[in-house]
Amino acid sequence: MDKFINVALPKGRLGEKVYDMFERAGYSCPSIKENSRKLIFENADKKVRFFWVKPSDVAIYVERGAADIGVAGKDILCEYNPEVYELLDLKIGKCSMAVAGKKGFQDDRNKTLRVATKFVNIAKKYYAEHGRDIDVIALNGSIELAPILSLSDVIVDIVETGSTLKENDLEVIEKFLPISARLIANKSSFKFKTEIIVDVQEKLSKEVDKL
Amino acid sequence: MNDLLKVLSQEEYISLTLRSLYSGKGYQKYRMSKFEEYDLYVKNKDFLVSDSVITFTDTNGKLLALKPDVTLSIVKNSKDIDGVMKVYYDEKVYRVSKGTASFKEISQLGLECIGEISNDIISEVLYLAGSSLELISKNNVLAVSSLNLISAVLSYANIAGDLKGQIIKLLGDKNLFAIKELLVANGVQGKAYDLVTMLVTVYGKVNSSLNALDGFVVNDATKTAVAELKSVIAKSVSLGLSADKLMIDFSVVNDAKYYNGIAFKGFIEGVPTGILSGGQYDNLMKKMNKRYGAIGFAVYLDEVSRVKGE
Repeated sequence: MDKFINVALPKGRLGEKVYDMFERAGYSCPSIKENSRKLIFENADKKVRFFWVKPSDVAIYVERGAADIGVAGKDILCEYNPEVYELLDLKIGKCSMAVAGKKGFQDDRNKTLRVATKFVNIAKKYYAEHGRDIDVIALNGSIELAPILSLSDVIVDIVETGSTLKENDLEVIEKFLPISARLIANKSSFKFKTEIIVDVQEKLSKEVDKL
Repeated sequence: MNDLLKVLSQEEYISLTLRSLYSGKGYQKYRMSKFEEYDLYVKNKDFLVSDSVITFTDTNGKLLALKPDVTLSIVKNSKDIDGVMKVYYDEKVYRVSKGTASFKEISQLGLECIGEISNDIISEVLYLAGSSLELISKNNVLAVSSLNLISAVLSYANIAGDLKGQIIKLLGDKNLFAIKELLVANGVQGKAYDLVTMLVTVYGKVNSSLNALDGFVVNDATKTAVAELKSVIAKSVSLGLSADKLMIDFSVVNDAKYYNGIAFKGFIEGVPTGILSGGQYDNLMKKMNKRYGAIGFAVYLDEVSRVKGE
């Protein structure tokens, strides 16, 4: 185990939880908790190097080998379909991909369904499987606004508790994809850093069992 | 001569070295036209890495395509002769690259053996694949899988149809936990459950994982597949391949519609994707009404330029 392992963590609350799991699993890096402007955090003893990236970018860093392993949501993996190994379900950051619309919305199959979403590929695939003709409206945020302003008929988005929907008179029509954080690995790195990656996987797996 | 070497780019240098390796082993250079009838690719769409093909109409009204792939053309033009036709090629192919979603010219160099494919031929091809990697960089790994064993294990577990496709996709992702969930949900248990999960867990350098293959032997089909895999690995090592750089890895899952038997993928440290890919493709041969089997591999030279010079 003479090589460093590069770990891409998703910025934000989920990433902090994920780091805590790494720490409990024996891959700690105390400097990460200090408030600093540093981008990369290293623990030379444990041969581990962490960096924070935008959650939707983790898969790109890993697929292209800038990170050997990383943690990304199942939503990102389904949307971008990166060429990576999916080694472990960390069972945190649980939520669902769902179709939602205004309360009492009835789908009129005579019309093309307008779907607003950040997850264009997931939405297309879901409706293609149902043989439903749709018009995808790609948005980058505030998806819930779309049906309220009649920009779209429904939205496809991540739903955690559903409280944002409720407050805006929207409701879940169908949850179709359970989501949680996944440990992913670059296919080439896995071949050359097998020992350390498998060690991380096994130790994190024990942490998952404790949850 | 030395002056000539100085002006070669790394890609050109490696390409020449590989060509000399293959021709030294008796492989003939195969040259082909840049164009091919579009029809060939429509009929074998799934064989291609990307769906899109650059097409244009020839002066006689025929729809032609810029080659997105070399193997199909070689197979199409192969004759059903006894013995083995051994060829290598160094060609440009045109594919949509995933990153830019636009067409890209890719240098592809590889070899094909078409005819009566024995274990000796498979071992020779494995050896040449490993030697190609070795010429590109010393830090390499050749991951070898057996599609026959994967399919024997899955049929032992009575897994077919959609479920088989799902499991094979998950095998490619090394997604053990999702495989376990799927097996439980479909009532696969006991020995069958163990064997399918072993397809993920039996992994690693051949020195340490070769004996674990015996665990798969439960019937004639798995026994034959294990024996074949062991024999070609042993033979390719005896030809000079370093056992330290050979890995058993059932996450190498080529499309069963075209491929069968031994499949493999080569990796170089520091290059994020596999740079060599190959295997037996008897099913493609059958689909194209050819009598014999075939095996081959391709090296993607555009990735090679990223390898740090040694």
